Amino acid sequence: MKKSVIFGALTVAGLAAGAAAAGTLDDVKARGKLNCGVTTGLVGFAAPDANGEWGGFDVGVCRAVAAAVLGDPKAVEFVPTTGKTRFTALASGEIDMLARNTTWTFSRDVDLKFTFVGVNYYDGQGFMVPKELGVSSAKELDGATVCIQTGTTTELNLADFFRSNNISYEPVPIETNAEAQQQYLAGACDVYTTDASGLAATRATFEDPSAHVLLPEIISKEPLGPLVRHGDDNWGDVVRWTLNALITAEELGVSSANIGEMSAGTNNPEVNRLLGSEGNLGEMLGLSADWAKNAIMASGNYGELFEKNIGENTPIGLARGLNAQWTDGGLIYSPPFR
Amino acid sequence: MSDQAFVRTEMLPEKEPPASTVGIVGWLRENLFSGWFNSILTVVALGFIYYVLSGLVPWVFQSVWNADSLNECREIMTETWGSTHGHACWGVVNERWLQLLYGFYPDHLYWRVNLALVLTLVALAPVLFAEQSPRQLWYLTAAYPFLMPWLLWGGSIWGPIMVAAGFAIGYLGYRILVPVAGGLVAIIAAFALPIIWWLFLAGGVAGAIDSVIPIGIEAVESRKFGGFMLAVLLGIVAIGCSLPIGIVLALGRQSDLFIVKTLCVGFIEFIRGVPLITLLFVASLLLNLFLPPGTNFDIILRVMIMMTLFAAAYMAEVIRGGLAALPKGQYEGADSLGLNYWQAQRLIIMPQALKISIPGIVSTFIGIFKDTTLVSIIGLFDVIGLSNAIRADTAWNGIYWELFAFIAFLFFIVCFSMSRYSMYLERKLHTGH
Repeated sequence: MKKSVIFGALTVAGLAAGAAAAGTLDDVKARGKLNCGVTTGLVGFAAPDANGEWGGFDVGVCRAVAAAVLGDPKAVEFVPTTGKTRFTALASGEIDMLARNTTWTFSRDVDLKFTFVGVNYYDGQGFMVPKELGVSSAKELDGATVCIQTGTTTELNLADFFRSNNISYEPVPIETNAEAQQQYLAGACDVYTTDASGLAATRATFEDPSAHVLLPEIISKEPLGPLVRHGDDNWGDVVRWTLNALITAEELGVSSANIGEMSAGTNNPEVNRLLGSEGNLGEMLGLSADWAKNAIMASGNYGELFEKNIGENTPIGLARGLNAQWTDGGLIYSPPFR
Repeated sequence: MSDQAFVRTEMLPEKEPPASTVGIVGWLRENLFSGWFNSILTVVALGFIYYVLSGLVPWVFQSVWNADSLNECREIMTETWGSTHGHACWGVVNERWLQLLYGFYPDHLYWRVNLALVLTLVALAPVLFAEQSPRQLWYLTAAYPFLMPWLLWGGSIWGPIMVAAGFAIGYLGYRILVPVAGGLVAIIAAFALPIIWWLFLAGGVAGAIDSVIPIGIEAVESRKFGGFMLAVLLGIVAIGCSLPIGIVLALGRQSDLFIVKTLCVGFIEFIRGVPLITLLFVASLLLNLFLPPGTNFDIILRVMIMMTLFAAAYMAEVIRGGLAALPKGQYEGADSLGLNYWQAQRLIIMPQALKISIPGIVSTFIGIFKDTTLVSIIGLFDVIGLSNAIRADTAWNGIYWELFAFIAFLFFIVCFSMSRYSMYLERKLHTGH
């Protein structure tokens, strides 16, 4: 970056806009860094630690892509985005990809002109109530006061759910999850509703988590996944197949622990193709032959990422559920590496 | 003579005043219990203060400083006091205070931020305490606008030097052109030449010199800036730049020149009619869409410009209030002395108008300094943004009041200092009777 930009002289560094027409993949390689959009902080998904190092489930995807493209999981510039700034940041080219627990919807895909390359977490909107309320189903919530984040799809889902079940509620609008925790604990609302993963994370922070229950109803589909801009299919493929590589690695039993010996060559041809000891998949993507190996080594395969950041051994304690491999009855499924 | 029974021949010594009117008791009677109504108010107020402090003091002082997570805090509290209620968990501040102060700035370069802060205070000394400061300090103050960004962002020294050279070029152009082409052309050139220099030449020249004589320090990207340092940086720039711009705008608004006046009124009314958060969104989002792709227009610089413009519009109106308060005789007196417009402003009008406006000016300063926290909404990690990020760490998820208390403390120190300084300045400049 030109220093003169900072010092007040508006340097229009990239007036040669023709250069920007080159593919994102080439841009990233030339820059030597991946600009990855993440949230400004969501428990388990993305947060900076005391040293400013980012970690989390979505951050893991960013690091895998950086490792696949550049061979270095640290070559990522994390750009924090808010719910309001995320799409503009991606559309304007400030970031190369967005991995920010963003729900894949029709209008975001078609109207906002983004390409969702896959789903890394199947979420859904749930309800949390204090146990003493004695409610066991969301359909018994007639007349309840509900803490709800304004301006999100959860607000619309909530209205739909109560209307279709012919029951009434009183919304308590709140702005952030932290505010919701305070309001809910202070008893300003009977029910708190947001994505089930967020509810679990919130409940884990309570002094007495067992005094609160998550109701069984999940009232919406929230497939969360990384996305890129329309119009650069080559780059979209890179991100899509990096995510698929993490998923396939778990399915095939390739983990960061055994990848060293596995990459030397195994009896399973698909593992060999994935890890580059057979075939030329990396070359087809415009990457090195060991791209998938680097991606998996960055922070582990899909299952390892899950367990480390949001799985049952973490304070958040999410079960795999829908996010189990298809072989275990979940929805996580990657097309074959062939 | 002896019909007078008693005549005192010596003075009686002074008696002690009654015990109920002096000392603690007297003060209490006079100030707190001077009537039944005031006595009731005093008792109620004391009860209220006790109520607040009885909750607050244990919360602040019976607290946990050494813990790595909120749960650990809660365990320690339960062990020590038997309940987790009413005790602060300062462990989060203990672990993250450097991050809250410096953001993601590389920790081996913290000294540069500290030095920049010291430099700020030293460079401000001649402005704030003109009489007590040696005159040589003015040179440092002049160099400060170029030194401070260089310290914070690092990189080649030639960048700031070339920017500084722009001002020299403008000045030289003016001096050379005045005898040749006349005043107006010279003034236009004095503004146009530096802009041409900065836009088209400075970058190239700085790069060329740097390739020959590379002098520089490690560069730090804007994205690493954050925490309270970002608030102070934005505050200093917005405050420092908005005062002169505000003065010019206020004068422009009172000008008789139609175009100048219209421009100033339009600018002031437009900026004041738009919320700051809208301007920040324009800076962070819309500009990105308008500028050609690949343009790298630093986000912090964009925010600085927007905050400065915003503060300047308010400043202009505050100063206009000061100008309006001056009696017409002051203007006429200046004219009768034969002073020209700028001389009159500099010697007679502005010193008085600014003095009148001090409380308003400092209010605007404090306001804009606190407004810097709004940048958390556009994804910059100032203290408020960082408090959200810290809460997103599984260890500290659910912590709330401790972070905000710490942030409030930081802001209070700065804002209170500004307020005290303005009162000192008012006393010093007090020339009334």
